Amino acid sequence: MLDTLLSPKEKLKIKIAARDLSFFYGDHQALFANNLEIPENRITAVIGPSGCGKSTHLRIYNRIFELYRDQRAEGEVLIDGVNILDRNVDVLELRRKVGMIFQRPTPFPMSVFDNVAYGMRLHFKLRKSEIAERVEGALRGASLWEEVKDKLNGSGIALSGGQQQRLCIARTIAAEPDILLLDEPTSAIDPVATLKIEELLLSLRKRFTIVIVTHNMQQASRISDFTAFFYKGRIVEHDTTTRIFTNPSNKKTEEYITGRFG
Amino acid sequence: MRDTHCCVRRPVFFRKLLNAVMWLLSAGGVALAVFCMFWILWSVIRNGAGVIGLDFLFCGSKPPGEPDNGVGNAILGTVFITLAAVVIGVPAAFAGGVGLAIYGQNSRIGNLIRFSVNVMMGLPSILAGVFVYALVVVTTGHRSGFAGSLSLAIILFPVVMRTTEDMILMVPPSVHESSLALGMTRARSVLCIVCRSIRGGLATGILLAVARTAGETAPLLFTALWSDAWPWHYFTQPTANLPVLINEYTTNSPSEELHAMGWGAAFLITITLLLMNLALRFVCREKKHA
Amino acid sequence: MFELFRKKENLRDRAFMILTLLCAFLPLAAAIGFLILLGGNSAEAFRTFGFGFLVSTQWDPVQELYGALPAISGTLVTTLIALGIAAPLGFISALFLVNAPEWLAYPLSQALDLLAAIPSIIYGMWGLFVLAPVMQECIQPFLADTLGLGKVPFFGEDYNGFGFLTAGLILALMVLPYICAVMRDVFRMTPGPLREAAYGIGCTSWEVASDIVLRHGLRGILGAVFIGLGRALGETMAVLFVIGGIAELPHSLFGSGTTIAATLANNFNEADGLLRSVLFALGLILMLLSLSVQAVAQLYLRNMDRKRGEK
Repeated sequence: MLDTLLSPKEKLKIKIAARDLSFFYGDHQALFANNLEIPENRITAVIGPSGCGKSTHLRIYNRIFELYRDQRAEGEVLIDGVNILDRNVDVLELRRKVGMIFQRPTPFPMSVFDNVAYGMRLHFKLRKSEIAERVEGALRGASLWEEVKDKLNGSGIALSGGQQQRLCIARTIAAEPDILLLDEPTSAIDPVATLKIEELLLSLRKRFTIVIVTHNMQQASRISDFTAFFYKGRIVEHDTTTRIFTNPSNKKTEEYITGRFG
Repeated sequence: MRDTHCCVRRPVFFRKLLNAVMWLLSAGGVALAVFCMFWILWSVIRNGAGVIGLDFLFCGSKPPGEPDNGVGNAILGTVFITLAAVVIGVPAAFAGGVGLAIYGQNSRIGNLIRFSVNVMMGLPSILAGVFVYALVVVTTGHRSGFAGSLSLAIILFPVVMRTTEDMILMVPPSVHESSLALGMTRARSVLCIVCRSIRGGLATGILLAVARTAGETAPLLFTALWSDAWPWHYFTQPTANLPVLINEYTTNSPSEELHAMGWGAAFLITITLLLMNLALRFVCREKKHA
Repeated sequence: MFELFRKKENLRDRAFMILTLLCAFLPLAAAIGFLILLGGNSAEAFRTFGFGFLVSTQWDPVQELYGALPAISGTLVTTLIALGIAAPLGFISALFLVNAPEWLAYPLSQALDLLAAIPSIIYGMWGLFVLAPVMQECIQPFLADTLGLGKVPFFGEDYNGFGFLTAGLILALMVLPYICAVMRDVFRMTPGPLREAAYGIGCTSWEVASDIVLRHGLRGILGAVFIGLGRALGETMAVLFVIGGIAELPHSLFGSGTTIAATLANNFNEADGLLRSVLFALGLILMLLSLSVQAVAQLYLRNMDRKRGEK
């Protein structure tokens, strides 16, 4: 499907493919047969008005919704060709591979160093020196190293909001995921810190497949390669970001991006 | 490419195993606790239920061997002592809770009072008995049911006060403010509006506290003590009551007959308190759902 | 006319304030009164024995020589055993009750809470007639002989069903509902996003509980433990029947001893003169122990209340 949108020389590998994906909160259906393909090593933005199901959609990719008893998903999500909704898929490994960053920064109640080291200690057997090396690497990767290198033993909660969010990104990438899911990562953060995180995401694009839910249309146009527009639980339009923002094919999309509702 | 600097994975198996073991353990922990609860209950029912009869409920206690032995005097005594404790403790504690809720917010003295309330709540109940002994029994020269009531009131007081304050603080300030805006005085607004909106929860809280104090033994040991007489000399003589009777019959007596009576008394007190507790919780839950 | 009316209302308001505040001061007054009365009545004991009273192990009513150490150490030992069992049990039980589906968790937590509604005398009776025989016939032989713990110091090879372990077990059961209730609150107060983030990085639910929730709610959990500590410290009736009631230093888990509260309950009614003063002194020590434990518990829990206030 996506292939048709791209110029021929840009042959992208599909990393995530949702097929006929529906979602229910108890009896209430929130997503209706979503089909979406997300290319590897690109940033895909998911936009749409509040309550359209974009966060819900994202939360299926790492099966975090399973924490809640009355929520269930139907359909398929293929990651590297494997349906991750299959019961046999190991959810711990899935969540390592598919890292998630939340709306509000969620530093763990431990030191900056341990925050980053925690996830990798869970999943890897490492020597002490390796851990220190990788923590530094992850913090550099999240462009946070220079700011926190002197307070690695300080509490992660003591950092500023933007730093906390980048700490969460560092923590996530330290676990060596393939995919980063970001659920409105900058909505609780001031504009300067937001810009920093956007730059960071652009630099991470080479290493990860990134899906970002955002309310902020400028943000979507600034950083994403592809954009999917959600409306009332359905994917109305999915295209390259340039086309969505300059020449949307659907009327609803046009109304939304020009700010007529939402 | 990334996998080249990736190193040895920690096997998921052991983490999942630990998780499963802990989950089983925690289910087992709950099961163990609940099992013990029912074990205690079952012991009380098995040993005590058979003893209950008209004689047991309505005759006074007598030395072992005599006919028509019962715990009627102790039941009545417990009712006297508990009711008097409620009369002495609850109104004042309620007033104190109201006062603390209105005037004691964000002040150092309020915090000091709150601290003292919490300390008194955690104070070993036997100390209330020792305190009242030194205060009342020594000065008046005799143990009495009244002294027992006083020691129970001391235990009841901080619990009721804390419950009252908590309940009042749970009422949104807007309710209070709007009644002040109607021109009510502070006192009136609290008593009419606030108390009306919390009546149910407050009554439940207070009754739960009373139920818990009614079964207290330690504070009565040195104050009310017990006796074989009916509790007509509540103010001047040791007064019969169920908890101390159980204590006497189980520890100080080798007689099987008295042990059985002790179980009967234990049955009465446990079943009454548990039913009261369950009923109050049920009412509370109904209210929450409504 | 109007002015007069206002004044009257003000007067009534003022009376209301004074009355309620007077009542509010009562617990504080009582706490101070406790200290004064207990202190005053124990003066004789401290005059006679000095502060050596606290570390003396003698208890000889004939020669009127008394020391507080057996009772104090017995109190601490039973309390430690009780908490050593109840704190982890409360933690994992709370974990189950918070995570289990509502239809299962609700009746179970109600049943667990009922443990707090059973009067302590019933625990004592049950301990004496039901648990102690079971301890003697099954549990202690199993621990001492089958597992071979009897050879280990602090356990002791002699057992008769009574003693510190039995008392500690009953106490653990008594304080469990209190500890578990506070821990359940702590678990519920863990912010949803934090839990999700922990699961999101690939934690198992045990890892979330032990690494994230435990750390996040550490103060609340410590507060819960201290509340249990305060309860176990001064419990009388549940311990009295099974502790053995001999004024000796604790020498083994299966051995008998006494606690402050049990000593008071056993001797107070018959005591006079110096012994009574000694008992008051023990009461004062118990009061101070309980006070300090409560103070620490408040310190820890206040932080939790503040957090709850923000919500």
